[in-house]
Amino acid sequence: MYKREAIIDIKIFNKVNDYTWRIEPSGKMRVPAVIYADETLIKNMDDKVREQICNVAMLPGIVEAAYAMPDAHWGYGFPIGGVAAFDAEDEGIISAGGVGFDISCGVRCLHTGLTTKDIEPVKKKLVEQLYRDIPSGLGSTGLIHLRRKEMNAMLKGGARWAIEQGFGEETDLERIEEHGCMQGAEPRYVSDHAIKRQQNEMGTLGSGNHYLEVQTVSTLYDEVTAERFGLKQGDVVVSIHCGSRGLGHQIGTEFLIDMAKAASRFGIELPDRELACAPIKSDLGQAYLGAMRAGVNCALANRQIITDLTRDAFAKVIPDADLTLLYDVSHNTCKLEQHEINGESRQLYIHRKGATRAYGPGHADIPAVLSDVGQPVIIGGSMGTSSYILAGTKESEQLAFSSACHGAGRAMSRNQAKKRWHGKELIKQLETEQGILVRSPSMRGVAEEAPGSYKDVTAVVDSADQSGLAKKIVRLTPLVCIKG
Amino acid sequence: MNNKASWQHFQHIADIGIRGCGNSVEEAFTQAAMAMTAVITDPQLVGNKTCFDVECNSTNLEFLFVDWLNVLIYEMATRHMLFTQFDIQINDGRLKANICGEQVNRKKHQPAVEIKGATLTELQVKKDKQGLWCAQCIVDV
Repeated sequence: MYKREAIIDIKIFNKVNDYTWRIEPSGKMRVPAVIYADETLIKNMDDKVREQICNVAMLPGIVEAAYAMPDAHWGYGFPIGGVAAFDAEDEGIISAGGVGFDISCGVRCLHTGLTTKDIEPVKKKLVEQLYRDIPSGLGSTGLIHLRRKEMNAMLKGGARWAIEQGFGEETDLERIEEHGCMQGAEPRYVSDHAIKRQQNEMGTLGSGNHYLEVQTVSTLYDEVTAERFGLKQGDVVVSIHCGSRGLGHQIGTEFLIDMAKAASRFGIELPDRELACAPIKSDLGQAYLGAMRAGVNCALANRQIITDLTRDAFAKVIPDADLTLLYDVSHNTCKLEQHEINGESRQLYIHRKGATRAYGPGHADIPAVLSDVGQPVIIGGSMGTSSYILAGTKESEQLAFSSACHGAGRAMSRNQAKKRWHGKELIKQLETEQGILVRSPSMRGVAEEAPGSYKDVTAVVDSADQSGLAKKIVRLTPLVCIKG
Repeated sequence: MNNKASWQHFQHIADIGIRGCGNSVEEAFTQAAMAMTAVITDPQLVGNKTCFDVECNSTNLEFLFVDWLNVLIYEMATRHMLFTQFDIQINDGRLKANICGEQVNRKKHQPAVEIKGATLTELQVKKDKQGLWCAQCIVDV
C-alpha cells in the first residue's frame, strides 16, 4: 500500500526569518530554493514540496530562486504554490507543468451593493436561483455553442470578446488582469481536440475545487485599504473560482507530453519528467506560449460569462443588486513581466502554478484608481471556511517577483475525505451550524471538498501577510456556495 | 476475468493515483481505465450501452499508457460519457480499443469530479518478477 509521503525535515533549511526558509544550491541546482511559511506550516509540508522546488531550481535560465508559497503542496513537476522566473535571453525555458492543466484558473470578486441584512431574508431563494442559472459539475454545458471561427475570436479576445457578445459592461475590463485580454494569444496552436472539448463549456464552473460563493466581509484588518477596495464590514460580495475548462485541460495535456518527449532533443536534462519544458525561443516553446495565452483568454471569457449569468440570477431575486468588479486575478499562468534584478530591469517569464500575482502600489499594470494601495489579491477558501482579500506590497517584488499564495491548499487526499465525510450530512451541518447554504450536483464531490480536508487558510494567509508577500485587508465568510 | 486483474487508487494530496494490474499490458491498461472511471463514480453504476473504437500510438509504453488515459478523458468530456468496458489490443506501439459505456446521468452516477488530464507523475508501466503487469499514474482532477 502507498504510504503518505514524508514531511519536510526542517533542519535542511537555512532559516532567514520566521517566515522565510532557504535551501542553498547544491548538485544541479542553479539557484537557491526559498519557501515562505511559518514554522508550523513548513513542519507539516509534504517533503515532495522540497524535492519539487529544488528540481525547479535546476531548470535552465532560472533567475534568482525557485519559490514556494505558504500553501505549497505536491504538484506535477512544479509544486502547487510554485513561482519561478526565466530569462528567454539566457536559455530560459517555458514549462507546461509550471502552469498546470487548468490554465488561468483564478478568482473574480464582485461587489453586490448589498449587505447581509439584504441577503438573509432571500438567501434560500438566491441559492436556488444561482444553482439553476450557473452550470456546474461534470457534464454541465453552457448556453453558448461556439464554432471554430467564433472560438478563435474568443481565444484572441478573452473577456473583451465576451463583453462584445453582450456578457457584461466595458467598465468590467478595468478590473481584470491584462484588461481582460491577454496579448499574444495564437489560436492556431490550439488543437481541434481542445476546441471540441470547449465547444459547449463556455460559461460553466467545472467541478473539483471550483465554486461560486456569496460572501460577507466579516473582518477588516486595514480599514483604509478596504475602503479603497470598496469594502465595509457586512458588505456582500460574490467570488467566482474557475478556469479555462476543457480547452485549458487539453492544451496542458498535449503540450506536457510534447515537451516531455522533446526535452532530450533540446538537451534539457529533466530531474523529473513532469517538469517537461522547452526553450522559450524554440518553436515548441513559442507554440505553447501562444496556445497557453489563448487558454488565458478562454478563462477570462469564461469568468466574464459566469459574471453575466450571476448578475441575471441576482436581478431575479434582488432587483437592487449592482454587481461590479472588485478584481479578477489568475493563479495558474506564465506571463512576461518586467522585474528589477540587482538594479537592472529585465523581461522575465514568470510561472505561477497555484500562486497569485501581487503587484504593489505604483505598478503600471494595476487599475489607476488602486495605484496607491496595490493590487487586490484574492485568496479562496473552501466551503465553510474564510476567504481573504489582500493587497500587493512593494516588498513582494523583491521576495518572489510580486507573488502570493492562492488558497488553503489540500491537507488530505480526496479518498480520505470521502471516507470521513458524507455530502448530504455536511451540507446539513454547514446550514444548521454556520448558516451556509451549499448546493452541488454531486454529494460525493461535496464530501471530497469538505472544509476539513484543506489546510487552515488563516495560517496560510497570515504567513503571506507576515512574510510581506501581500498585506491582509479583509476576511470574507461564506453565506451561499455553489459547488462544482 | 483472471483473478490477478485488479485496480486501485493510491494517494496524492490534491489529486488521485490510479493503478491497474493484470497478466498482460492490455489487462493492466484495462484495469487502470476502470480505476479512472472509479475516480468519478462507482463503476457498477455505469452501463455499457454504447460502444465505439478508439486508438492511439507511442513507441514508449509509459507514454502509450498516458495517451490511452487521455483518449478516454477526451471521449468522456466530449461525448459526456462514462466507460466501464474496454477491449484493448496493442501491437507495435499502436493501441486499438473498443470501449463501451453510457451517457453521464448526474442523478444516477453522482459524478464527483471531472478529470482534467493524466499526468507523468508517479507514471510507471512495468512487469514484476511474478509476471504481473501494473500501470499507474496520477490524474489531475
